[in-house]
Amino acid sequence: MNPYMAVLRRDVSLALRRKNEVMTSVFFFVVVASLFPLGIGPEMNTLRLIAPGVLWVGALLASMLSLGRLFAGDHQDGTLEQMVLSSASLPGLVGAKILAHWLLSGLPLVLVSPVLALQFDLDAQAIEVLMATLLLGTPLLSLIGAVGAALTLGVRGADVLLSLLVLPLYVPALVFGAGAVQAQTAGLGASAHLSILAAMLLVAAVFSPWACASALRIALE
Amino acid sequence: MIWNSASEFWAMGGYGLYVWGSFGVTALLMGGEVILAARRHRHIRESLQMQATTIDSDQDTAQDWQA
Amino acid sequence: MTQHSNVLFRFAAPQAFYGLAGRLWPLFAALATALGVWGLWMGMFVAPADFQQGQAYRIIFVHVPASWMSMIIYLAMAFWALLGLTFNTRLSGMMNRALAPTGAMFAFLSLWTGALWGKPMWGTWWVWDARLTSELILFFLYLGFMGLTASIDDPRRADKAGGLLALVGAINVPVIYFSVRWWNTLHQGASVSVTQGSSMAQTMLWAMLLMALAFWLYAIAIALYRIRTLILEREKHTLWVEAELRPEGSS
Repeated sequence: MNPYMAVLRRDVSLALRRKNEVMTSVFFFVVVASLFPLGIGPEMNTLRLIAPGVLWVGALLASMLSLGRLFAGDHQDGTLEQMVLSSASLPGLVGAKILAHWLLSGLPLVLVSPVLALQFDLDAQAIEVLMATLLLGTPLLSLIGAVGAALTLGVRGADVLLSLLVLPLYVPALVFGAGAVQAQTAGLGASAHLSILAAMLLVAAVFSPWACASALRIALE
Repeated sequence: MIWNSASEFWAMGGYGLYVWGSFGVTALLMGGEVILAARRHRHIRESLQMQATTIDSDQDTAQDWQA
Repeated sequence: MTQHSNVLFRFAAPQAFYGLAGRLWPLFAALATALGVWGLWMGMFVAPADFQQGQAYRIIFVHVPASWMSMIIYLAMAFWALLGLTFNTRLSGMMNRALAPTGAMFAFLSLWTGALWGKPMWGTWWVWDARLTSELILFFLYLGFMGLTASIDDPRRADKAGGLLALVGAINVPVIYFSVRWWNTLHQGASVSVTQGSSMAQTMLWAMLLMALAFWLYAIAIALYRIRTLILEREKHTLWVEAELRPEGSS
């Protein structure tokens, strides 16, 4: 089996053993999405209006919270150093790790989102678009966030620092992701937004593993 | 001269708060930055000098013991 | 060609740069002061009141230079980051550490003066227009850089990590700006812009450019001053720093 598949399978099986860590991302998403109506009021028209933004911010924060786990475990037990020293392509190995991370932290958010969208009275087409944007957006967030996680590896106060580093970089994804659902609701169609999200995902998929690899080498030398 | 009196200048056509609030904070931050940079430089110099003389006197003491 | 690159790389050594910076910063500071005084005089005593905005428009004489500088300094940081990651020079990282606080300060000033300009003109302390929102995000990028480099104890690792962050940030800035503009035009009917206004009179433009230049020279002066402090700290175990620190007249 090639090393990339091995890393993917290892990360997935490790995460599945610690199911509660995976579930906390989903629970956080659910809790945040429920807090907003409690803070703003139950008026359905308002909630329908703010739903795309609220749901996207919730998914974004949930995704960001799980980033700390991406490299920390392997860093502590020395696997990360092995990866850096191995002859396999480090960006490739990192890509496999990010994929595993997304499968367990990002994809569940996509699957849970329709339920939360119903709490905000979004119609079926809007929910479809929401899921599409999250399907494109959560891997994008994982890829961007991974660079931050690599830069803050083993640093004091890494969690809070990671948020500060990564949130500005999340803005384009948020704008186009939430914007797509709003465009759909307004009857304008979301295809432009989705195309832009897809393009950003493609670019990130190419550059982020490489940037992560550089950051990991800097952190471990 | 576009101002007829000093009080006109400070009033800035009623916008004095905003104009001087802007210029004032600008001057404050830029001046503060300069002062902080100068203080930090002095502090570093002094602490490094103290470390250097401590090493010198330590070395002198060590030589006394050896001789 | 070898001659030129020798001169360039000579100043890449901290000791040589320390001397160069020491000679240059007073020059830049003096120029910055002179141009700043001239610009302020033009802006506050020569330029007439604006037809639409009255005297309040004079805030642009600090707002626009601060905005421009916050962006130019970030570009400079990205440039030094690229240099540092490519050639592994120590000075590049120190240059970024010297530049970042000033860049962050200018970003904050841009936001502060923008708010003070917006309130009398458009009634609110904050306007979510594309420029101001992008400036806010740029401010966060600066804070992120300063936070990251402050949190990593090893100076070399901090320099390189900060450099990579600055590069990633710089590459993202156009994307962020474009997405914020898209967001802004979609959500606001009449787009309110802090920079909207009547075309500028000659004296106004001249004063603004003078102030922008003054801010630029100030930024260079203070960065050169700061990097000297950083060099002393980093190179404290070298002989030349020990000689430099020794008080005059002692052995």
